[in-house]
Amino acid sequence: MPTVHDWINNPLGIVDEMFAQSHSSPDWEKKVVEYFKEKLKLNDAHAWVPSLNDVPLHYMKPNSLVKFRCMVQDMFDPEFFMGVYEINDPTSNSKQVKCGKYKDVTECAQVDFNSRNTVTSERQTFYCVPIPGESQWVKESYAGTSQARVVPSTSYVQNRHKRSYEEDDEMDTQSQMKDVSQGAHSSAESHGNMDPKRQETKAPSQDSSPSHCTSSLDLNFPLPGEKGPACLVKVYENWDSFKLNDMLEVFGILSVDPALSVIADEREASSLLDPTEGMETVEEQRVHSPPASLVPRLHMLYAQPLVHNNPLLPSSALENGDYLSSVLGELASVRAELLTFLTHVLMGDSLAAEYLILHLISNVYSRRDVLPLGKFTLNLSGCPLSSPYTEHLYNVIQQLVPSSFRLCMSLQNMNNQRMVPRKDYTANRLMSGILQLANNTSLFLDETQLEQGQLDTTGVQNITALGNLISWQKVDYDFNYHQMEFPCNINVLIASEGRSLLPSDCQIHLRPTLNPPNLEEYLSAVQVAQVPSQINKYRIYLSVARALNYTISDEITKAVEEDFVEMRKDDPQSMSAEDLHRLLVVARLLSLSHGQNTLSRDGWMKAKQLEVLRLSQTQQQKCVNGNEP
Amino acid sequence: MSSPSSQSRKRDPPTPASEDPLSPPSQRSRAHDTSTELQPMPTSPAMDASLFSSPMAPRSVLQSEIDASSPLMYGTPSSRVEGTPRSGIRGTPARQRPDLGSVRKAPQVDMHSEPPSGDAAAGSEQGTGAAGQRLVIWGTDVNVGTCKEKFQRFLQHFTDPNSKEDENAGLDLNEPLYMQKLDEISVVGEPVLNVNCSHIQTFDADLYRQLICYPQEVIPTFDMAVNELFFERFPDSVLEHQIQVRPYSAVKTRNMRALNPEDIDQLITISGMVIRTSQLIPEMQEAFFRCQVCAFNTRVEVDRGRIAEPAVCRNCNTTHSMALVHNRSAFSDKQMIKLQESPEDMPAGQTPHTTVVYAHNDLVDKVQPGDRINITGIYRAAPMRMNPRQSQVKSVYKTHIDAIHFRKTDEKRLHGVDEDGDQKLFTKDRVAMLKELAAKPDVYERLSSALAPSIYEHEDIKKGILLQLFGGTRKDFTQTGRGNFRAEINILLCGDPGTSKSQLLQYVFNLVPRGQYTSGKGSSAVGLTAYVMKDPETRQLVLQTGALVLSDNGICCIDEFDKMSDSTRSVLHEVMEQQTLSIAKAGIICQLNARTSVLAAANPVESQWNPKKTTIENIQLPHTLLSRFDLIFLMLDPQDEAYDRRLAHHLVSLYYQSEEQIEEEHLDMAVLKDYIAFARTSVHPRLNEEASQALIEAYVDMRKIGSGRGMVSAYPRQLESLIRLSEAHAKVRFSSKVETIDVEEAKRLHREALKQSATDPRTGFVDISILTTGMSATARKRKEEVAQALKKLIQSKGKTPAMKYQQLFDDLRGQSEAAITKDMFDEALRALADEDYLTVTGKTVRLL
Repeated sequence: MPTVHDWINNPLGIVDEMFAQSHSSPDWEKKVVEYFKEKLKLNDAHAWVPSLNDVPLHYMKPNSLVKFRCMVQDMFDPEFFMGVYEINDPTSNSKQVKCGKYKDVTECAQVDFNSRNTVTSERQTFYCVPIPGESQWVKESYAGTSQARVVPSTSYVQNRHKRSYEEDDEMDTQSQMKDVSQGAHSSAESHGNMDPKRQETKAPSQDSSPSHCTSSLDLNFPLPGEKGPACLVKVYENWDSFKLNDMLEVFGILSVDPALSVIADEREASSLLDPTEGMETVEEQRVHSPPASLVPRLHMLYAQPLVHNNPLLPSSALENGDYLSSVLGELASVRAELLTFLTHVLMGDSLAAEYLILHLISNVYSRRDVLPLGKFTLNLSGCPLSSPYTEHLYNVIQQLVPSSFRLCMSLQNMNNQRMVPRKDYTANRLMSGILQLANNTSLFLDETQLEQGQLDTTGVQNITALGNLISWQKVDYDFNYHQMEFPCNINVLIASEGRSLLPSDCQIHLRPTLNPPNLEEYLSAVQVAQVPSQINKYRIYLSVARALNYTISDEITKAVEEDFVEMRKDDPQSMSAEDLHRLLVVARLLSLSHGQNTLSRDGWMKAKQLEVLRLSQTQQQKCVNGNEP
Repeated sequence: MSSPSSQSRKRDPPTPASEDPLSPPSQRSRAHDTSTELQPMPTSPAMDASLFSSPMAPRSVLQSEIDASSPLMYGTPSSRVEGTPRSGIRGTPARQRPDLGSVRKAPQVDMHSEPPSGDAAAGSEQGTGAAGQRLVIWGTDVNVGTCKEKFQRFLQHFTDPNSKEDENAGLDLNEPLYMQKLDEISVVGEPVLNVNCSHIQTFDADLYRQLICYPQEVIPTFDMAVNELFFERFPDSVLEHQIQVRPYSAVKTRNMRALNPEDIDQLITISGMVIRTSQLIPEMQEAFFRCQVCAFNTRVEVDRGRIAEPAVCRNCNTTHSMALVHNRSAFSDKQMIKLQESPEDMPAGQTPHTTVVYAHNDLVDKVQPGDRINITGIYRAAPMRMNPRQSQVKSVYKTHIDAIHFRKTDEKRLHGVDEDGDQKLFTKDRVAMLKELAAKPDVYERLSSALAPSIYEHEDIKKGILLQLFGGTRKDFTQTGRGNFRAEINILLCGDPGTSKSQLLQYVFNLVPRGQYTSGKGSSAVGLTAYVMKDPETRQLVLQTGALVLSDNGICCIDEFDKMSDSTRSVLHEVMEQQTLSIAKAGIICQLNARTSVLAAANPVESQWNPKKTTIENIQLPHTLLSRFDLIFLMLDPQDEAYDRRLAHHLVSLYYQSEEQIEEEHLDMAVLKDYIAFARTSVHPRLNEEASQALIEAYVDMRKIGSGRGMVSAYPRQLESLIRLSEAHAKVRFSSKVETIDVEEAKRLHREALKQSATDPRTGFVDISILTTGMSATARKRKEEVAQALKKLIQSKGKTPAMKYQQLFDDLRGQSEAAITKDMFDEALRALADEDYLTVTGKTVRLL
């Protein structure tokens, strides 16, 4: 199929062609975008496009169409470029009008700056990183569905000198991407080799949250230990519709022109000629024009905002009625199995498992002035102190949700880590922090790691930031002269020994009924017992349940009101407005977890029962703990 | 046309002596730009020959002639740039070059050839106008003669009777504004004329359009016009250099985000915050070359950052013999400033944009990082060359703004006249809409219910906060020595935990443009006030302001007020009454304005509100502080069925209503914001006669309530509160008069709050002394009684110089019918000790 190859391998050719045909009428730009959109719509055409997430950059053909699943980490200033320019061809001494869109560099020839035909256009640059905390299974699964046949491009010779020679063998053997997961792995590997600094950030083990060293050329990933390419995405239209921390699937033209990286070396020389160029600091230069081999440029043709990053679900699953009904059909059985599985993981505490499900499907679905609705931060207290337990628990969660992160709240981490993103004015970029996460990421706070000691200023700020995140679902990014509030939607699960020092919507005390002699063995056995297809069902279940619509009928509203008044009558202390808030959330999540998109009387009663059970379980603990709520 | 004048201007430093005699003739002779060519004749002693030799010279020649000559048209003293040791003076005239740029120089040449002919034909002013019609600056539609004439007319005739700008203070608003400014210049000697573009727009829209579109050509023309006018009026005045026109407030662009390629080379005004300033960069304006062989000197203009090094010496014809002499080259000051979008202008979820600004000459170091400024300048874009050896060009332009005028928006906050710099521009429709809303009889209720709709009930509290948002009218009694009267209303919310106090605070914080949110737990006195720190870069001491100062003219929300340490709280005393903040640390002694309303929330000490105790006892705050709150509200759980039902309904609907339904029911937050902003800026109500009477009565009534029982139930502070509240209520109605209904509502609200917070739990009466002295009158009376009883007891014991503490206590308890606690006994002993009746040492009580 030559056409496919054409629009994937040489999209610029198509752009140029369309530009040439347009005779400078401005609507050619729309036509280009339309053309590619149409192409991508064709059944599984987008699967043919190689993805930067799983194909090593040096396998990609420069100026070919690629896709990238990413999160917008920073937005740079808009830049003006020559949308249309005229060149003098010295050989034929003729003038030619060229299109500068989707390109970084003009074609080599004399550019006539004073030409009347020059059109200055504007584009916006986003700094995009792979979705932070994306689980391994998500990556593998996405890579598995890709049908792009990537052979090392012929033009890759250009880049050869950039890599060490021993890698070449590795590359040749893998010219056919047979084993995709290995391919993805090697991609990371070879990336690491390209730049020693990045290896550094990768080296410390992922789970113990190493102190993240901010090397001067760090790629600014929000989470420590992340790998994958970062991209400068050039956006040509509607950039206002994108927001920071949005998840996107970008289809664009890859640009790795080595000339882009030369700038830094030539700075000295060029500054003499162009005074404006000398004004950027070295840091800024480094951040805004990093070597293209490390941070490729992607000229966006089309971007699809990702509602979720679960590869098992079609991207528009919720509009897709057939799909939805097929999932809902077996929802009950899946839920039961998941409950059993989680009960095992939580050592026989089925109530805690129930709450964990509710937590995992919670989602901020709306905001009333400052109040986020639908969040359900769970504090799982009574976790066994032996550290592997929380680690195993996290592993299970990681297996279930598309993206997650475990934050060990050790004193050292709290005092040293940068959680809140901060604007670095010297380099003019937003330094990322752990709390810069995409929507619906699961944040697992491991408070069992917290020991006695002193929190310093950073520590206190970090705790405050976590508190704000939990209570208001927002993070105040530090812009030095002021703070800026960014709303977020992050599921926070706090594992602690006693009641957590952070606020939470709901606390449940773990009461193990099983007491396996070897906890670790037991837990791994539980995990191994799950068939992959089973786990896939859980994954789909959680993503679907979270996204369902939900309503309350007037009738039920009345009933709930009655009920509240009744309860208040008996004992006003037992039922405050806050309790009602929580009860409503529990009822909502419970209904959703059963696949019901409206609250039934039954569902309400169940929610109440659940709460009573939870309170009694927590109450008992309180006597022992002596901690007042 | 402009270019010659600008060039000439740039090097017109004064040689004071020579100026007067020359100026009048030159003025007369040069009605229009063309005269530039002729004009240097009388002045320039140096090299005018070149001038005449090539009147229609191409650009390069033109430049060199100007270089050589000391141009000055109006006979303003001039000398060679390089020669003047006074670089500051020289610097300013050169300004025009850097900020207006020389990018268009080449195209302008074309039209240079024309003017002379046109001029020759035109003998008179009118003649030029007519003839000039045909001649425009290359690439524009600007005719210099007409343009200049228009601008002069503008200067001579423009009046702005409604001007509110503080710069115009002291000027007669009915006289031509800019002529007065010229007078000012002649007196002060600062040769800068700031011109408000919106004035030009109202005067002559076409001129305004030209100014915006071709600032590079039009501004020099303006300069010429002003100088002609000025020296005609004040032929004898001595200026450092010629007057420079600095237009500001171009309405075209307000927001950095709105900049687009169409704005390139246009005059724009944007607002933003300075985030970084560079070191001073000396930029070469003119290179000085000397021939190594014959020591012939020559000067070369720097054109677009490039120096055309002469390859051949003109004198001895040696090739490549010219060497650059740095010391004798001319430099001008330049500074790079990074400007960031101000947070208010940004759409949610995006990061702020930044822009590079270049300041030249005297604008260098005018702004500091952190300043909020409005900058007017010319937007520039320059292509980036990626490699000088390659012809390939990165297809991206570098953009920056050449600053012409800075205006600090936060500067004014330091001088009282406020809410002007950040005035929101409301469209006429918006204003009409707001006024319509204000005309509705239930606007007060509507607004208060629009406030934090997610929080249920607490109507009075919301009303109180609403009034706080509007604030009273600011009054100035400095003349009579009383200083400013506080216009801000302070509110304290106390109550059980979990009664959505924090949520209310969060809402208010999000609503007001200059709000700060702090928690008493985490804030220190320093964080609230200001601290001095050493800037790591400049090693200068820098005053960093804290939450209270930052919320000047806004609201400072303090959560967990009770958890605040005493020392922290003590700084609030000054802020909450005097509205200033005095700082004396690290050699910086100053008083900052902190005209902030305080909205605080406190939890009761026993975590649950104890209805048997007074407010003071419940929250354990010093009464000195409490009395500074205008309104103290209790947020308690009312625990009654009807309330519960409504609450339940409210909460449930919160969870199932769709966004649209919500929108319908309540006023939009944006409307509320605008409403408040509009009222705060444009409504300044004053008391009318009836209202004053009503206030007096109200106050007398309040005093009366208590006097029957020997208590004081109102203090002047309460009267002030009442006035503030009434004014705020009038503002809600957009009324310029405070009327009786306002006073009524203020009274009601005040009473409600008092009822909640100042009721003596023992008697059930409202007792203001609970708040003012920390103790209710009954309690004080009771204390008195115990002391008297104790005194009697001791007296009855006869002449015993010393008694055992414990025994005395037991005796007193035995004697009294009411239960007497140890605390009460101690109090009584202390009271008697104060009377010098006895002393207590350890466990013994001694009579004196």
